[in-house]
This record gives sequence, C-alpha cells and structure tokens, in this order.
Amino acid sequence: MPERDHLTVTVQRGGPDAPLRPQTFEVPAYDNQTVLDVVSWIQQNADPTLTYRFACRVGMCGSCAMMVNGVPRWTCRTHVSKVLDGNAIEVGPLRNLPVIKDLAADMDPFFDKWVAAEGMHHPTRTRDDAIEAIDPVAMERQEANAGIECINCSVCYSACDTVAGNPDYLGPAALQRAWTLYNDAKDADRDAILDAVSGKGGCHSCHSMGSCTAYCPNELDPLSAIAGLKRATAKRFFGGRK
Amino acid sequence: MKVARAHPLWLAYLLHRLSGLGLALFLPLHFWVLSMAVTDAARLDAVLTLTELPLVKAAEFGLVFLLAVHLFGGLRLIALEWLPWSAPQKTWAAAAVAGSFLVSTTFLLQAI
Ligand code: HEM
Ligand code: SF4
Ligand code: SF4
Ligand code: FES
Repeated sequence: MPERDHLTVTVQRGGPDAPLRPQTFEVPAYDNQTVLDVVSWIQQNADPTLTYRFACRVGMCGSCAMMVNGVPRWTCRTHVSKVLDGNAIEVGPLRNLPVIKDLAADMDPFFDKWVAAEGMHHPTRTRDDAIEAIDPVAMERQEANAGIECINCSVCYSACDTVAGNPDYLGPAALQRAWTLYNDAKDADRDAILDAVSGKGGCHSCHSMGSCTAYCPNELDPLSAIAGLKRATAKRFFGGRK
Repeated sequence: MKVARAHPLWLAYLLHRLSGLGLALFLPLHFWVLSMAVTDAARLDAVLTLTELPLVKAAEFGLVFLLAVHLFGGLRLIALEWLPWSAPQKTWAAAAVAGSFLVSTTFLLQAI
C-alpha cells in the first residue's frame, strides 16, 4: 500500500539540557505500522539516544502519548496510514507539559492536578464493614461509568487550549475524575470535591471548546463531565442539593 | 509543531470569541451615537445619513450577523452546559428547533 518504501519522519529532539531542534529520519515503511513502531525503529536502528516512553503497547497504560502532526495521540494504537501527511509524519512531545528530553514529556503537573481536583477516594466504610451494594442501573452510576475508562494518557490535557492559556486550570482529565467520584455511591466527601473544582482554575474556567472530547483516544467525554461539575457547583452555590 | 485543532466545536468556540469581542468593540460606539439623540439631535441626523453609504450598510449587516452568531452560539453553550441531555436528545432538540424555524419563517415570508 505505501507508494514509497520509506517514510520521512521528523522528530523533535532536545529538552532542558540541549536546544530544541527537529531531526529527520528515513524509516522503512510497512503495511501495518504504528507511530510507536516508527519511533522505536529510529531508537533501535538509527539513534539509540532518542528518548521516548511506552509500556503496554496495547492502549492500556497511557504512557506513550505524543504530538503527531499537530494532534495529541496514543502512539501505540495510531496507525501510520491514518496520520500520514503525504509521506511524512512529524512527532513531538505532548503539548502543555514540560519536556524531559526528546519525546518524553514530564507528566508531574498533570498528576498533581489530578490530586488537586480531589481525584482521590474518600471512603464511606472501613475494611471491617460489608461491601456496599451498587445499583448498576442508577443514573449516578451511569454518569460515573462514563468516565472510569480513563487511562491517564494526558491527550486531552495536551489538546486543551484553556490549559495552554491558564497554568492553574486543572484540565479535562482531572475534572472528569472529580465528576466520576462525585457520582460514586462509595465516595463520602462530595463537598470536598466541589470545593476543589469550583475555585480558580476549576471547572468554570472551561470554555466548552471540546478538544478533550474530540481527541480522547478512549472516546470519553470530559466536556460533558465538566458541564456536570458546572451544574453541581452552581446548584450548591444557590443552596440546592443534588 | 503547528497544532491542528480545527474540529467543529473548536471553530464554534473561535467564532463565539471573535463575535463577542466584535460586539464589545462596537457597543460603546453604538451607545455614543444613540446618546446624541439627547445631547445633539442635529448631529445624530448627520450621522444617520451616513447609514445610506454602502460601506456602512455592509458594516451594519456584519453587526447583525455578529449578534446573531453570538446569540445562537451563546444559547448553544447554555444548552450544552446546563441541560444534562444525552447526545441523541440534543440532536433531536436541534433538529426540532431548526424544523420549527423553517416552518415559521416560511409562514412569515408568506405573510409579508
Ligand atoms: C445576545 C445575547 C448574548 C448571549 C446569549 C451571550 C452568551 C455568551 C456566553 C454563554 C458566553 C460564554 C462563552 C464561553 O464560556 O467561552 C459569552 C461570552 C462572551 N460574550 Fe456574550 N452573549 C450575548 C451577548 C453579548 C454582547 C452584546 C456582547 C458584547 C458586549 C458579548 C460579549 C462577549 C464576550 C467578549 C465573551 C467572551 C468570549 C469568550 O469567552 O470566548 N456577548 N457570551
Ligand atoms: S471543553 Fe474544557 S476541558 Fe475540554 S478542551 Fe475545551 S476548555 Fe479544555
Ligand atoms: S480522558 Fe481520555 S484523553 Fe484524557 S487522560 Fe483520560 S483517556 Fe486520556
Ligand atoms: S504504550 Fe501503553 S497506552 Fe500506548
């Protein structure tokens, strides 16, 4: 299927210890090839100093996300044939995060905000109590289910222009996590969640531009989750209860 | 690397911001001209004759367009954020609004 037997792959090199610069490689083209395969080929055959990150190779761990032709993507499940621009691809580290080196972005701010949004479990019971029965068809449970497949890949965080413009903004993944826990019958502190997401940089900073939902590789919908938080915080502000 | 982001919701966001800024720039001018009705009616008339100019007519059309775009864009955002509807429900609601708009404007056009 490829017209030529090589791809022209431009990779962003550098980081805090070396100047940022693009470097171009000719990589053999195959019928079935992911962007991660291409990056691995460069590291294994052309330049062993190329730094990048991956683990599972099957879309589970969320560690391989990079910018591919201007769009954040999970590279292990992105076929080259889907993203080729002519015969070329441009690969860079995720946007909106500091670069460690080459294609590896520093995920710390992303995970720090996950915690800042109260994306943590507030238990209702202790280990000595019986396990709480969960009604799988309850409305709240369905809201919670919609967000639980998040793999923390930070694709949405890189896609979001509000994150780019406002360093305090918690970002789509952390806010979606907060909404998931808010709807979880096993979470005991909804007020702490609403406190965490209603301040500066919280859910009301979101402009509903939907890049998070458009690019989430797991087809999750942080845009709608954040809208849920907007309604819940506003209801609480005006004295209503959910 | 150039960031690619031209999906429909992002374009709608861009349109909303540009139309909002356009309106914010225009409104002070608008109120200033209106204020002439109380301060200097002759000057208001002079300014109003300007509205006969094709360029000013085109600009006015642009403003009404901006307001329409911003109004419907704003209503869209309010519906998107405040109504906990599912995607198919929103599609049906939008189709219903578009359909009734079509029918009602058809009647309106026949009436005039
Ligand atoms: C006609 C009724 C109007 C409605 C329903 C409306 C609705 C909205 C909404 C919902 C937003 C929030 C958008 C966001 O979160 O990104 C917004 C933003 C804005 N509006 Fe309006 N608006 C209206 C009239 C106006 C007028 C007359 C002006 C001019 C003074 C204006 C200027 C703006 C500006 C500058 C923004 C910020 C744009 C942004 O954040 O992207 N709006 N409007
Ligand atoms: S909808 Fe909100 S969180 Fe998603 S990309 Fe837009 S501003 Fe960011
Ligand atoms: S919401 Fe989607 S894009 Fe964002 S971190 Fe989770 S899986 Fe990745
Ligand atoms: S390597 Fe695990 S998601 Fe891509």
